[in-house]
Amino acid sequence: MLDSYLPIITLIVVALGFATGSIIFSRLVGQKKPSEVKLAPYECGMPPVGSARERFSVKFYIIAMLFIVFDIEVVFMYPWAVMFKRLGMFGFVEMGVFILILLVGYVYVWKKGALEWE
Amino acid sequence: METIFFYLVALVAVVSGFLVVRCQSPVNSALALVNTFFCLAVFYVMLYAPFMAAIQVIVYAGAIMVLILFVIMLLNLGTEARKRYTHGVVWAAIASLLVLVNVVFFIKRGRVTGAEGDITDYLIKTEGHTELIGKALYTEFLLPFEIASILLLVAIVGAVILAKKDV
Repeated sequence: MLDSYLPIITLIVVALGFATGSIIFSRLVGQKKPSEVKLAPYECGMPPVGSARERFSVKFYIIAMLFIVFDIEVVFMYPWAVMFKRLGMFGFVEMGVFILILLVGYVYVWKKGALEWE
Repeated sequence: METIFFYLVALVAVVSGFLVVRCQSPVNSALALVNTFFCLAVFYVMLYAPFMAAIQVIVYAGAIMVLILFVIMLLNLGTEARKRYTHGVVWAAIASLLVLVNVVFFIKRGRVTGAEGDITDYLIKTEGHTELIGKALYTEFLLPFEIASILLLVAIVGAVILAKKDV
């Protein structure tokens, strides 16, 4: 049974090998002639202002927290989806109750304006 | 082959677990923790539990890690704070040695396989791991499953109340 994971391992090994290989290869072979213009931020970059290590607003935290909660909600759906046909109407109703309870939370978050970025 | 692979992944898990406590920057520690979580996911796969492996990656390496990183960014430990808290290596060595002795003692004395339940290897191979979890969760443990949604609801309300004082 574990043999069926061989393609995944192969994929990981190839991906890692290509990523590290191309970095090392470009280090070894690539030419480095830095000039002021080349080292300047370009495209969508901009000159840095202040330190990057500043305290972040708690607004980010609430988004992360809500993400976790709804992530776990979705996790419950995977075994349900696998068993959906065998559980039938019963499974549909119980997942409906589950979603309904969490929908209360969703409406609460929405009404409180926690999803808005003031 | 499988044993060699197990020891390889175990080595990576232990080394990255060591890096979690040894790294100077908390963000580096968090990245090492992600590595440990991935190793644990591989262990779940090797224990014929692919659903647990997926959960490990989705919930732990994904969601919980995001939360840990946000807490690190919220606190923003400066370089001075990092230097203040040194790791007590000697005490840690003594403690982990005691734990090791404990574990070896219990493994030597007890049966390593443990008690066998209704779910056998044969059942997992024929029915499938995720199907068995689904069957148990949505028939036998229906009430805990619905209570879990209330727990999540409480978590949502708690997060909003904590983070949105002004509303």
